[in-house]
Amino acid sequence: MKLKLISAAVAAIVAAAPAMADLTFSALSYRTGPYAANGIPFADGYQDYFTLLNERDGGIGGEKINLVECETGYNTEKGVECYESTKGSGALVYQPLSTGITYQLIPKATADGIPVHSMGYGRTSAKNGAVFNNIFNYPANYWDGASVAIKHLLDLNGGDLKGKKIALVYHNSAYGKEPIRTLEELSKKHGYTLTQLAVDHPGQEQKSQWLQIRRERPDYVIMWGWGVMNQVAIQEAVNIRYPMENFIGIWWSGSENDVLPAGEGANGYKALTFHNVGSDYPLYDDIKKYVVDAGKAAGAGDQLGTVLYNRGLYAAMLAAEAAKTAQAMHGTATITPQQMRDGMENLEMTEDKMTALGLPNFGPSFKVSCANHGGDGFGAVTQWDAKAGKWNMITEYMQSDQEVLNPLIAGDSEAYAKENGITPGCN
Amino acid sequence: MPDQLLFGTEVFLNGLMAGVLYALVALGFVLIYKASGIFNYAQGVMALFAALTLVGIMDGQVPFSHLINAVLGTDIHHFGWNVPAVLAIILTMGVMVVLAWAVQQFIFRHLVNQEPIILFMATIGLAYFMEGFGDIMWGSDIKKLDVGLPQGGSFWIEENTQWLGFGNENFYGFFLDQLDIVATVIAAILVIVLVLFSQYTKQGRAMRAVADDHQAALSVGISLNFIWVMVWSVAGFVALVAGIMWGAKSGVQFSLSLIALKALPVLMLGGFTSIPGAIVGGLIIGVGEKMFEFIVGPMVGGATENWFAYVLALIFLVFRPQGLFGDKIIERV
Repeated sequence: MKLKLISAAVAAIVAAAPAMADLTFSALSYRTGPYAANGIPFADGYQDYFTLLNERDGGIGGEKINLVECETGYNTEKGVECYESTKGSGALVYQPLSTGITYQLIPKATADGIPVHSMGYGRTSAKNGAVFNNIFNYPANYWDGASVAIKHLLDLNGGDLKGKKIALVYHNSAYGKEPIRTLEELSKKHGYTLTQLAVDHPGQEQKSQWLQIRRERPDYVIMWGWGVMNQVAIQEAVNIRYPMENFIGIWWSGSENDVLPAGEGANGYKALTFHNVGSDYPLYDDIKKYVVDAGKAAGAGDQLGTVLYNRGLYAAMLAAEAAKTAQAMHGTATITPQQMRDGMENLEMTEDKMTALGLPNFGPSFKVSCANHGGDGFGAVTQWDAKAGKWNMITEYMQSDQEVLNPLIAGDSEAYAKENGITPGCN
Repeated sequence: MPDQLLFGTEVFLNGLMAGVLYALVALGFVLIYKASGIFNYAQGVMALFAALTLVGIMDGQVPFSHLINAVLGTDIHHFGWNVPAVLAIILTMGVMVVLAWAVQQFIFRHLVNQEPIILFMATIGLAYFMEGFGDIMWGSDIKKLDVGLPQGGSFWIEENTQWLGFGNENFYGFFLDQLDIVATVIAAILVIVLVLFSQYTKQGRAMRAVADDHQAALSVGISLNFIWVMVWSVAGFVALVAGIMWGAKSGVQFSLSLIALKALPVLMLGGFTSIPGAIVGGLIIGVGEKMFEFIVGPMVGGATENWFAYVLALIFLVFRPQGLFGDKIIERV
């Protein structure tokens, strides 16, 4: 009897396990906890894109996709646990969805030979692939974001920011402090004065910071916020009647969640982005047909076209395109994580490719290489239209100031290499 | 007046207002601790749950809709109606009373005479249960809360205080958020009503008797069950008020449960057993942290408020362990 039970259990496990030939992707998501409102649309977009590929194309290169989701709750310890418990599944790439988790996974994933893609977050200097062989942060990083914000302000001021006052309201954490160095360097170049206003986690009380802004009347406010800090900051800006068109958030401060609580007052608020907004793309027709209408959507199907859903969709699409590149490079459909890394390092996204994928004019064109794991640093600015209840992209993609950023990235990555005994190099 | 004095006064006034908002959260802790000796870790989550329920009712949201749709394959989310704010507040209060009854019936009734640490642990479990339950019931998206309270700087105050600058171009009049002013008025009314209730009503006196000695209160015929359900209901009402005020600032979202962190230094300073103590403690913490940030913050890179509130509370604790208004704990051997 016991033997029968064991045999039945083994048979059940074998039947339930994914076929080893599947391409496994991990999804470290956070559908619970204080940041669930942001985690859910991203996770839905990420999952729906892979479901679409399975349903419409039969996977990637004929191999079905097996998505392994693990709940992190946006907690670094849980994120690391997720990595440790799922890496045995043969995951081709990890997208940690948190700067804290990314920092923890950099040495682990490098040692395990598994690539990490931190899209628009994580360690900025990971752009230097000669030092961070397994870490990728294309198409844009935080320093690109800071530079694109300044470039937008330069455009608004006829190329001259001399004498202007810019305030940075930032989450008092490693994430929030990321743009400071870049903004300081750019202030030397462009002659603006920078005021730094730190907000303690979680950011529910920001009266002091906004009273200071009211007193000092900076010409522009840039925000590096997350979670409740964003909603409170936008509401406080409305309260002191700060001109919203002069208030720009990083891409993690620019979703519908951040502006809706402030209602009409948030009209005109701006946010940076590295992908387009809305759902007016041919790809969405396929998502509706093969995923939503087929009852296979990841969530309730109510997040389609939101900023963070689009970001999740884009992240999955870049992972799938890297997998295709790896398959073509190595002549096999069943790639390994190391081959996936090669695919990511040779990924090239062009407008023609994006159009063929059903996302014309959605993301910037870029080419990854060993020396450049971060893309070409293109970003754009979106603006909230409260009446229509939607974000609009109001600029073309602009490239960050490579002249200022490249030496910073080289300096930071070289320091990391020295600390960790890494000999920089490209294979 | 010189700039710094004007701005310092403005920060002081806003500190008072922020303190009132902290006190609103602290009040819920005090009520339950006073009546049952339980430090209710779940008070912040109660504020979140109350606010979620209020928005859900106002928007005509179907509770547990995601669960229902997942199990039955339906696609229902809203009833198709909106409920006026006043009626929604009354209905939410009803839900909080049911919650109070359930908490008493299923948890604390079984833990009578247990050590305080056991009761505290039970509230930790309750907090996490309610967080998940609220998530399943109303969803985890960020919701706009609009019960018709005014928000934003008061034009009237700005215009009528501009003269204090005596032509100073840098001074635009004092900034006071209308929502904070409303919160102050509501908190004042709440404290007066609670003090009158506990001093002059039969139930209030019974509540104080239970707080003094459970066994003695039982021996004179006071129902522990009834009193505790009543106290948790009142704490639920205070949580609802706090949830409305904080939710109006940030939208109703799961971070709302973290407002409890703002109440802890207030309790340490004002005492765990005094309603006026919660208010005075809130005001001292509010003014203290804002003035410290204004004066010292720029020298140390800012973001001093969170930790300075606790430093202030610790200083008071060293000299007055029971808090400013708390009862002195005397253990006879």
